[in-house]
Amino acid sequence: MTYVVKPKFHHPELPKNELGFTHRDYEGAVSTLCAGCGHDSISSSIIEACFELSIAPHRVAKLSGIGCSSKTPTYFLGSSHGFNSVHGRMPSVLTGANLANRDLIYLGVSGDGDSASIGFGQFAHAIRRGVDMVYIVENNGVYGLTKGQFSATADPGSKSKRGVVNTDNAIDLIGIALQVGATFVARSFSGDKKQLTPLIKAALEHRGAAFIDVISPCVAFNNHAGSTKSFDYVREHNDAVNKLDFVTGRDAIKVDYAPGSVELVQQHDGSTIALRKLDADYDVHDRLAAMSFLQHHAAKGQIVTGLLYVAPEAEDLHGHLNTVETPLNALGEKELCPGSAVLDKFNASLR
Amino acid sequence: MPIESINDFVVRFANVNGSGSASANELFARSVLRMGIPVAPRNIFPSNIQGLPTWYEVRISEANHLGARGGTDLMVAMNPQTWDKDVAGIEPGGYLLYDSTKPLPKSKFRDDITVIGVPLTAICNREYSDPRQRQLFKNIVYVGALSALLDMDVAEMEKLIAEQYAGKEKLFDANKHALHLGRDWVMMNLDHPIGLRLKRAAAVGDRIFIEGNSAAALGAVYSGATVCAWYPITPSSSLAEAFTRHCNRLRVDPQTKKNKFAIIQAEDELASIGIVIGAGWNGARAFTATSGPGISLMQEFLGLAYFAEIPAVIFDVQRAGPSTGMPTRTQQTDIISCAYASHGDTKHVLLFPEDPAEAFEFAAAAFDLADRLQTPIFVMLDLDIGMNHRLSRPLVWDDSRKYDRGKIMTATALEAGADFGRYLDVDGDGIPYRTLPGTHPSKGSFFTRGTSRDRYARYTEEGPAYADNMQRLLRKFETAKDMVPRPLQANSDKPTKYGVIYFGSTSPAMHEAIELLETGGHALDRLRVRAFPFHSSVTSFIGEQDFVFVVEQNRDAQLRSLIVNECNIEPVRLVPILHYDGTPITARFIARSIADRLDALKVTPLRKGKVVS
Repeated sequence: MTYVVKPKFHHPELPKNELGFTHRDYEGAVSTLCAGCGHDSISSSIIEACFELSIAPHRVAKLSGIGCSSKTPTYFLGSSHGFNSVHGRMPSVLTGANLANRDLIYLGVSGDGDSASIGFGQFAHAIRRGVDMVYIVENNGVYGLTKGQFSATADPGSKSKRGVVNTDNAIDLIGIALQVGATFVARSFSGDKKQLTPLIKAALEHRGAAFIDVISPCVAFNNHAGSTKSFDYVREHNDAVNKLDFVTGRDAIKVDYAPGSVELVQQHDGSTIALRKLDADYDVHDRLAAMSFLQHHAAKGQIVTGLLYVAPEAEDLHGHLNTVETPLNALGEKELCPGSAVLDKFNASLR
Repeated sequence: MPIESINDFVVRFANVNGSGSASANELFARSVLRMGIPVAPRNIFPSNIQGLPTWYEVRISEANHLGARGGTDLMVAMNPQTWDKDVAGIEPGGYLLYDSTKPLPKSKFRDDITVIGVPLTAICNREYSDPRQRQLFKNIVYVGALSALLDMDVAEMEKLIAEQYAGKEKLFDANKHALHLGRDWVMMNLDHPIGLRLKRAAAVGDRIFIEGNSAAALGAVYSGATVCAWYPITPSSSLAEAFTRHCNRLRVDPQTKKNKFAIIQAEDELASIGIVIGAGWNGARAFTATSGPGISLMQEFLGLAYFAEIPAVIFDVQRAGPSTGMPTRTQQTDIISCAYASHGDTKHVLLFPEDPAEAFEFAAAAFDLADRLQTPIFVMLDLDIGMNHRLSRPLVWDDSRKYDRGKIMTATALEAGADFGRYLDVDGDGIPYRTLPGTHPSKGSFFTRGTSRDRYARYTEEGPAYADNMQRLLRKFETAKDMVPRPLQANSDKPTKYGVIYFGSTSPAMHEAIELLETGGHALDRLRVRAFPFHSSVTSFIGEQDFVFVVEQNRDAQLRSLIVNECNIEPVRLVPILHYDGTPITARFIARSIADRLDALKVTPLRKGKVVS
């Protein structure tokens, strides 16, 4: 329902990236979400991240399920193919798309209703398989599009806009992602673009299943006192374990930070993340410790954010399946059809 | 009188599931084939891994009657649990082969059959000390006994064993020895051969012996399927497993040792079809294999693929429903649930192969059709074709054949300024062009969605735009009618006002039934439907007849309903002939059901005054 069309013209001196694209080239249609929606900030971080990494927009495939969050792919990367699939099933569609063409970048955008309820199984299984993707959950703890029902990530004790107190336990998608083997796990907050954009950049550079849980307050139905997903609550309880100072592409980098304060994380494909530790005890390479740390802090009501886990030597689904380097969708008769001589032999073996 | 027959009888093996009988029984069937005599074996097995009764029925027919016949001429009764039922199932004058190690009371037998006792357990106990060997070789020993009783060519049997255990000299020797244990015992102790005999013939020709699931999977390999996502379910699992096997043999790059395929055993049927749709959207040929319950689970996704126009191939190896039904029994029962799969107005293309050769051809055709029509294509197999070895004409591939990838707009066309509207009907056939993700830096991208959209893929809830799209989808379905495999018609030599329509695995039983009916003085024109949507010849065929019997293997006459609905046929003109107890339909059943109705039509009018209630 885009009634407003964005004008095409832009300032001639807009900064360009290495590919000669401006920020505008990464935008999509005008958002139809509520004014102030956290999801729009996430879209803007995605645009920023792709622009800064100089990713050709058409080399990204953006996939989503159903819900407010799943509408957002229309609002960024207008030159990318998008697929708004069925509720909770984005992970399987993305898996199939990825199998067909391993050369594109796959960005899955989902919500807490989409991924923690109806699509909980697919969420876990896509990650379990190590599909090379960036999987972002825009987590607001509420069903926005159907007007304010609790979702499965709503914390017990949190209060809905109508005053109902949630008694069900919450599903922590970060905990699940760690448990089923995501090789890049982060949490952020839609209100903290400085933290979020580098995380998305790092996830885009990661080869393997990268998962980012972004707390994204719903201004219409879950931004009141008593909610644990409101702007105020998240700001008060945000506990960042580290800060990504920069993310490079595949070029060599020079670091001039004092030793000890910055950790350089080399990723599989050659990209580098410079990580400034905020919590001296936190080790991003220790999956078990991360799980325990998160549980510990959650019990105290703290929302741990930042890059929570990364496996630098991650392998993806194509690696597991030992598929050819050429995308499967680019193979033709010559590569795929064994031909009649082979068939004759096969026939002969069945007599 | 004992039945006397050469090369035309039914042998049924009654075994216990998991006792190792399957390979021995298959050795028997293959041995008959090697003597140039056609066979049609059928596994009748429980939804169980070990312990429950299982039967292997071998129809031997030099006249090439490969459908199930019904009745047993020779029962090999190896399962005490089912003894009474097995003995009762023997035709009068038939034969019973049993293990006579333990004496059985006379009441356990019948007077009107020939009872052949072979002390199988005693022979094995004498020969082997290992209990597992005693059990396994007992099966080969009874096949050996049969070789003498039926006058089989033992050299062919030894050759088969040699092929099976090529390079495993010890196993070959052991099996050959067991075969002769049974054979020699019969030759020394019993009258042989019996009234049922096998005589070398030349009725097999160049045909091959293959399961429909394996042939369909090979069709997928030949037509360039690269992505398979599936969830285990009987009777379709062996299709995905055969695809895996074929790919490991035929699709590994010899230089790099890397795979030109990706197979995912998904977490459920929803994910399976989701993966297939994602891959199809992105330009790879993809399929899933499933059965009725899986089709139920996939409904929502199938509606998406229909509406968003994404190529997908679904092999539905049908089994008896509803619900879990009879998982290991055959039916043609998903016709309606596939034809109209999903909510809203949807229609899907279905293909109905009759045997492994068509399973191969239709599998290959399905991928071309899916790409050309940009929609899901269902290949409707069933357990009877899928999981049984069938004697089938050889599989054929034309090396000059090119894959039809359908209307895909390229970067060059976009660059040249082509007007790209994802849902724009440029050719009047209802089929629009699509672009694949990543095609062009600035042109041709679009948003795929299950919500309504206009011709340029822009979201809209405008009524006229929605209706325009729905009408185009109907036009596309109309286009499909001339692309799918056409019905095959065979008219009777004699003039007749009656016809019969049948499809899929009913074929062999139907061919035989026609012979039976003709012998009984009934003539019928035949039409084998091979796809949905129906070609116009279906309507014209029905138009030429007074009545048309529609033979199918389900309770509710699903194909008949589809014909009535889609061809606007008056329902009274289509007479349902329905077989749905989970066993394969037989010629005897078809011939009897049709003859009864035809005879009823010939009855002289009722006399005046007689009360008709």
